[in-house]
Amino acid sequence: MSENYNVSSSPHIRSRVTTNNIMALVTASLMPAAIFGVYNFGMPALVVLIITTASAVAAEYIWQRAMHKKITINDFSAVVTGLLLGLNLPATAPWWMCVLGSVFAIIIVKQLFGGLGQNFMNPALGARCFLLISFTGRMTTFTFDGVAMATPLAQLKSGEAVDTMDMLLGRIPGTIGETSVIAILIGAIFLILMGIIDIRIPGTYLASFVIFIVLFGGHGFDVNYITAHLCGGGLMLGAFFMATDYVTSPITRRGQILFGVCLGVLTGVFRLFGSSAEGVSYAIIFSNLLVPLIEKVTLPRPFGKGGEK
Amino acid sequence: MGFFTFKGGIHPSDGKSLAKDKAIVSLKPGKELVYPLSQHIGALASSIVAVGDRVLKGQKIAEAGGFVSAPIYASVSGTVKKIEPRFTPSGAKVNCIVIENDEAYEEVAYAKTKAFEQLTKEEILNLIGDAGVVGMGGAGFPARVKLSPKEPEKIEYVIANCAECEPYITADYRRMLEDTEKLVSGMRVVLKLFDHAKGIFAVEDNKPDAIAKLKELTKNEPRMEVKELKTKYPQGGERQLIFAATGRAIHSAMLPADAGCVVNNVETLISIHRAVIEGKPLLERVVTVSGESIREPGNFLVPLGMNQKELIEAAGGWKGEPKKVISGGPMMGFAMITLDVSVTKTSSSILCLSKDEVEEMEPSACINCGRCVDVCPSRLIPSRLADLSERYDEETFVKWQGLECMECGSCSFVCPAKRPLKQAIGSMRKIALANRRKK
Repeated sequence: MSENYNVSSSPHIRSRVTTNNIMALVTASLMPAAIFGVYNFGMPALVVLIITTASAVAAEYIWQRAMHKKITINDFSAVVTGLLLGLNLPATAPWWMCVLGSVFAIIIVKQLFGGLGQNFMNPALGARCFLLISFTGRMTTFTFDGVAMATPLAQLKSGEAVDTMDMLLGRIPGTIGETSVIAILIGAIFLILMGIIDIRIPGTYLASFVIFIVLFGGHGFDVNYITAHLCGGGLMLGAFFMATDYVTSPITRRGQILFGVCLGVLTGVFRLFGSSAEGVSYAIIFSNLLVPLIEKVTLPRPFGKGGEK
Repeated sequence: MGFFTFKGGIHPSDGKSLAKDKAIVSLKPGKELVYPLSQHIGALASSIVAVGDRVLKGQKIAEAGGFVSAPIYASVSGTVKKIEPRFTPSGAKVNCIVIENDEAYEEVAYAKTKAFEQLTKEEILNLIGDAGVVGMGGAGFPARVKLSPKEPEKIEYVIANCAECEPYITADYRRMLEDTEKLVSGMRVVLKLFDHAKGIFAVEDNKPDAIAKLKELTKNEPRMEVKELKTKYPQGGERQLIFAATGRAIHSAMLPADAGCVVNNVETLISIHRAVIEGKPLLERVVTVSGESIREPGNFLVPLGMNQKELIEAAGGWKGEPKKVISGGPMMGFAMITLDVSVTKTSSSILCLSKDEVEEMEPSACINCGRCVDVCPSRLIPSRLADLSERYDEETFVKWQGLECMECGSCSFVCPAKRPLKQAIGSMRKIALANRRKK
């Protein structure tokens, strides 16, 4: 009788959910927004998405190879980062900007801080803000049907009327992935149903943002104004796909609620009182920095010490 | 449908269908039986036989080694061959009494017991203690000690742990179905010790036939009640069970008695019935032999000390060589290097798994997804505690409530990065608990 069976610490069974299939599902959930973006902005949008995704994966591979680390591009996390960055760029972004953004996201924001799970801010958003500051003109020029025009959010800020139906469908200028609220929500609902994300962060984010603009927007409870704000800019994409990034959001349940409130308030402040019409990216990366503090003040109480309910 | 439960927990695929419908079969042991002197929590039992002695079935071969300890009885008649260190299922090497079975099964003449009605509380406790009954769900805490809290009049609930939440194991389930009277009788004995207590049979709702049978048998028992619990792991964890059954919550440093509760497992209650009503010591228990590698999974009534290899043979042998063999359940049981160990008082099952999921999945970086936080029944942050353990930061580990972990393994089970969270937390817990005792 052969002996020496495998020995390890319990438990001896594992669930089938892995990091890889979580990341693959997130990639799949971004597809409606990506496909709509390509439909909306044409071939250039597809080229941008391919370049950002490919260069993010390549940057991760080359870095890990050069540093003699384990190659982890199979975990799909670089794909998610690259794709998210692409969805956050205008379709008119030149190829070198796409590559630069991906390299910044993967190497500066992610790998330099220790790789997957260690980055303190969302890599795609970190890169977007880097590009926004460095190449403001190219990053804020949006064309729609070949004509350069202001985004609805910018129109709203200058007091013009906007068509909320177009915003819901996404027939508006903007970055590749942010325009269609419907496409984004399809992906978001899929992620929630698959148990990948929880409604806690996006829910409190959107609710506190609405409360903020009702109080300080100067329009009171104007449904049209609120809808325009909710559907405009990167709010939906940010709330469901970037604020929910596991690595850069709090792990505690109460912390996630606090995080959502921070996001809502900051987005409101940036949009209403800032110089730019948009504020989601900055709100998210700023709140990312608060995460360690938020976790510290929201440690759960253990079972038997008040935490059982 | 059971509504009573706790927050957190997991739903692993339960594998119970393999052995669930197999009635308990009594087994005869082979030539050699091995009795470790430690089959319980507390002091080692001390041997009172010498090599060469002839012993009878039911004869005491080792005396309790202290207050928190339990005696051990021979489960066959035969000759003491050796007293030497051998491996136990948990991987420790412990002094064992080895008896050669003469296959005569000559039994000692047990002292006649008094009628149950005439027994005093003290006499009942002595009968349970002398019979060597310990917590047979896995922990092995001597039953006599557990049943003697400081203020017995403050005990309000005696809970029978009929959850059996570990996957694969069906031993308690078969006992509930086939020996329901003995189980209820065991509860009656324990209730006699606590005048103000109510008896609760807490059963997971995946065992509707056991629930029906228990309800039928307890309908004329005003002090007993059957409670259906949600099926979820670790519903049978002592603190989760107390919460589900009574709504009272205790932390790791408290005893069930602090919440007015006493918890006993199914097999333990049946052993208590045997000790007090039949006057017989603890000689046998039901063991589930199951897993994908077993040809005919089943439930067996096994004399203590029997070799586990013989149990595998009784279950039809292997379909194929197993990758991993486990004593106990897949969530909290011990992986064994060898099957050449004996059945002890706490062996609830032997599982032979055809694949080792732990080996197949390589750990990777934590992505902070929080699944471990969602499932932790102790409401902790397992991923951070595991980090603290790896960094050897005992102080923060204690501050972040690491000692409250009950090592149920739910966090390791759900982790998508396949990190061995429970193992890391468990190691630091042992160190921190040892340092706390030193102070």
